Amino acid sequence: MITLSDYLVVSVVLLGVGVYGLVTKRNAMRLVFSVEILINAANINFVAFNRFLWPTALGQTAVLFSIALAAAEASVILAIVVVAYRIHDDVDVGELKNLRG
Amino acid sequence: MVDASDVAFAAMTVVAVGGAVAALEAKEIVYGAVGLAASFAGVASLFFLLDSPFVAVFQITVYVGAVAVLVLFTVMLVRSERKWFGDSPGILGQAAAVVTVGALVLSLVLTFSQSGLSAVGEQAVAPSFVDIGQLLAGPYAPVLEVLALVLAASVLSALTLAKVEREETA
Repeated sequence: MITLSDYLVVSVVLLGVGVYGLVTKRNAMRLVFSVEILINAANINFVAFNRFLWPTALGQTAVLFSIALAAAEASVILAIVVVAYRIHDDVDVGELKNLRG
Repeated sequence: MVDASDVAFAAMTVVAVGGAVAALEAKEIVYGAVGLAASFAGVASLFFLLDSPFVAVFQITVYVGAVAVLVLFTVMLVRSERKWFGDSPGILGQAAAVVTVGALVLSLVLTFSQSGLSAVGEQAVAPSFVDIGQLLAGPYAPVLEVLALVLAASVLSALTLAKVEREETA
């Protein structure tokens, strides 16, 4: 029997992995990975709470919006990474100081 | 009592978490991108286990299909020959991060175990895709429209970024 807590634990572990990546990595691609993992962790919460606590598909609809937004965000971030790489020859976020406004 | 869904849940949890760890810790970042795709697929199968097949298929289409391939292409484009410096903050910083994140995860897990959430049973009837359709076409139709505009704007901004870069190097 899989309970709501089990899904929440999976989500929290993914959250931990994502936060760990965000604070330790400086490679821009790894940061993108971390953000995507965090978004996935949040989505698991939405669907799990929807399944266990709510009779309509409200949480699933929210996850559909979230996935679409994440795709838009990923496309913009990856475009920025490619531009930064062509200008800088590097994707270390510590070196990208001239991206400051 | 262990049944098939328990085994599937355990396996998919291992795939989702293991893929995420591999994405961050793989030496070669291309393997990291593949691990990320595996993690997305694992999360999608968790959605299947939660009786949400529409969301699961959406996740596979968008994440495993589009985002993972986009990430893989970008990784191959920006893979520089020289070694990346400063990818990790040294063994001490890494250990500090692991301890802090571990404490965060542990405290949240303990909170769940004492919250009584595991006693909550599933809803009798899982919401179907008909329900999703009614929400998307009804009260959330304006959100859908705005989301379409956001997607268009993101594509335009990605194209603009590529164009600016070309003018600068020319």
